[in-house]
Amino acid sequence: MFVRGLKRKCFDGEEDIEGTLAGIKAIPSYNLQRQSLLDMSLVKLQLCHMLVEPNLCRSVLIANTVRQIQEEMTQDGTWQMINTQSTGQASLDRLVSTDILCRSSREQAEEKHVPSYGTFNKDFEGDQGQDSSETMSTASSVQAPRNFQSNVWEMENPQENKGNFQKSLDQIFETLENKSPNSVEDLFSEVDNSYYDLDTMLTGMMSNTKMGHCDGLETFSSPTNTASSSNCKSDLNELDHIVEILVES
Amino acid sequence: VAGFGSLMQDVLWCFSQVKGTIDIGVTEADIISTVEFNHTGELLATGDKGGRVVIFQREQESKNQPHRRGEYNVYSTFQSHEPEFDYLKSLEIEEKINKIRWLPQQNAAYFLLSTNDKTVKLWKVSERDKRPEGYNLKDEDGRLRDPSMITMLRVPVLRPMDLMVEATPRRVFANAHTYHINSISVNSDYETYMSADDLRINLWNFEITNQSFNIVDIKPANMEELTEVITAAEFHPHHCNTFVYSSSKGTIRLCDMRTAALCDRHAKFFEEPEDPSNRSFFSEIISSISDVKFSHSGRYIMTRDYLTVKVWDLNMENRPIETYQVHDYLRSKLCSLYENDCIFDKFECVWNGSDSVIMTGSYNNFFRMFDRNTKRDVTLEASRENSKPRAILKPRKVCVGGKRRKDEISVDSLDFSKKILHTAWHPSENIIAVAATNNLYIFQDKVN
Repeated sequence: MFVRGLKRKCFDGEEDIEGTLAGIKAIPSYNLQRQSLLDMSLVKLQLCHMLVEPNLCRSVLIANTVRQIQEEMTQDGTWQMINTQSTGQASLDRLVSTDILCRSSREQAEEKHVPSYGTFNKDFEGDQGQDSSETMSTASSVQAPRNFQSNVWEMENPQENKGNFQKSLDQIFETLENKSPNSVEDLFSEVDNSYYDLDTMLTGMMSNTKMGHCDGLETFSSPTNTASSSNCKSDLNELDHIVEILVES
Repeated sequence: VAGFGSLMQDVLWCFSQVKGTIDIGVTEADIISTVEFNHTGELLATGDKGGRVVIFQREQESKNQPHRRGEYNVYSTFQSHEPEFDYLKSLEIEEKINKIRWLPQQNAAYFLLSTNDKTVKLWKVSERDKRPEGYNLKDEDGRLRDPSMITMLRVPVLRPMDLMVEATPRRVFANAHTYHINSISVNSDYETYMSADDLRINLWNFEITNQSFNIVDIKPANMEELTEVITAAEFHPHHCNTFVYSSSKGTIRLCDMRTAALCDRHAKFFEEPEDPSNRSFFSEIISSISDVKFSHSGRYIMTRDYLTVKVWDLNMENRPIETYQVHDYLRSKLCSLYENDCIFDKFECVWNGSDSVIMTGSYNNFFRMFDRNTKRDVTLEASRENSKPRAILKPRKVCVGGKRRKDEISVDSLDFSKKILHTAWHPSENIIAVAATNNLYIFQDKVN
């Protein structure tokens, strides 16, 4: 299996390569295939937002698959390798995900100088002086479970700003629960804290009210209350982080 | 259930009827989304994406035509659910009927539950074959009479009329589900039922529409931590306190409502250990259970995941007692099936009346039956080509590799747009209903 046929590459017919990190695999091929699966999954999660109302089961299964890939990539340290490899021509071989993410051509050019995940992580977390790849891998693997959720999009395009930060997995679930994924523009618009607050608050409040008039459905109103307020807070914190990075860069 | 052969070698399945149009282009609204026999098998209900319910009734068997074993004819058609719009979320609520469940018959009328993603409705289907005539205050056309013109009174009488079947919504159970309802199940007490969505299960009393008990809630406080959803749920056929629900991680939980009001702690947990040699990025997705059904006896549960059907003994939680491969040839195609979303198709499974044979659907309008006693299985096809009256269905075979025999079909030729997700088996006879997109096929076993 080589690069030539990779445009629509899948794992079909390659069962033994699929699951195991067996000894000597065709490294570029397996990693590119895995990357392709990751890209495909991210596209699917994106497309969820554009449908009538996303199928939660499907979204959860896809998100779990993304997590799985990311964990494996982090564990075998290929995460960094992929990023350095992904500059240049590999972006053409990628699935449409990057197109859908509405990047300007200027940003695409910038991506060629993309720092590795480790470096990005350094910026994000404020770590300094972690230059050796080993340390970076360790650091990233330690932080991977916690960062994975919020970084899944940034990992692909670390320089990516604005629209993409919203598409971390946790925000996807927030969207599914609280917000109205009613237009593509919403997804790709700049992060606007005030609008986000109002929308979430309003939705949270209104959904409580909606349930509230049914006597005996108390079990609904309290979880919804706590959920929406805690989600607001965590999302605000995250948005603070994001804004910080934007300001720094 | 005695009286009919359940061994695969004895049963020859024949085409009986097909309902639906033959048009090349399928109207999306006509796609059948659920099929269910009632408890006697006299009625067969279908729901479709357009929110309609069609009920077929089996005609009385006539001694003059013994080979026509009770055909099903349209009995009633009604619009159960309409599309709605959730203004707060700016999302449409589909009118598609996800499930229909019949209540046992207690009087002359028939009752069924039908549900879309958000709202469950109780429908009463009743016959009217008499109408009152001879009102005093209005004439036969319904026009009001001038009271001052009435000189004598009469007593209205009931006169026969052409049979009319009316469906009326008797209860609407709304506003209790934030997520999409995937299952409804009538309890054996016939007073309550449950509705399950992705994260919660609610218990209802048929008489009360403005309240429901939440009996299962797996929603995490932080939605970021969500990794598992409820995929199906069902009450035990005899024990009104027991129910099961399945998850997207391939697990089944059996709960006892007597132990706690909120059944978050399961009484039993069924999970098969993962086979490490088969592990892939798709392992979890294909382990997600799409349907769970108690056997009629209540001793077993059957689950359907993407590639297999499994039978579990309620007394053994660590692994199923039987596993049947539905279409294992798809295992090497999982990436393509992930790409085109087919891997998320939710196939249902059903027991026959004696729990000796199980059936489930596949692609290319194929459906599969497994005899639990003889361990034989057969693949049949629902197609217009095999639709001559009483034509015996020929077993089909998928060729996995190498030489393809004349009647076999290769994996790459399978039509993945023709999927049989919904099937039903008559409660006591060898009559099956198979939904193939917008067509409903009825097959019966050959009468000798």
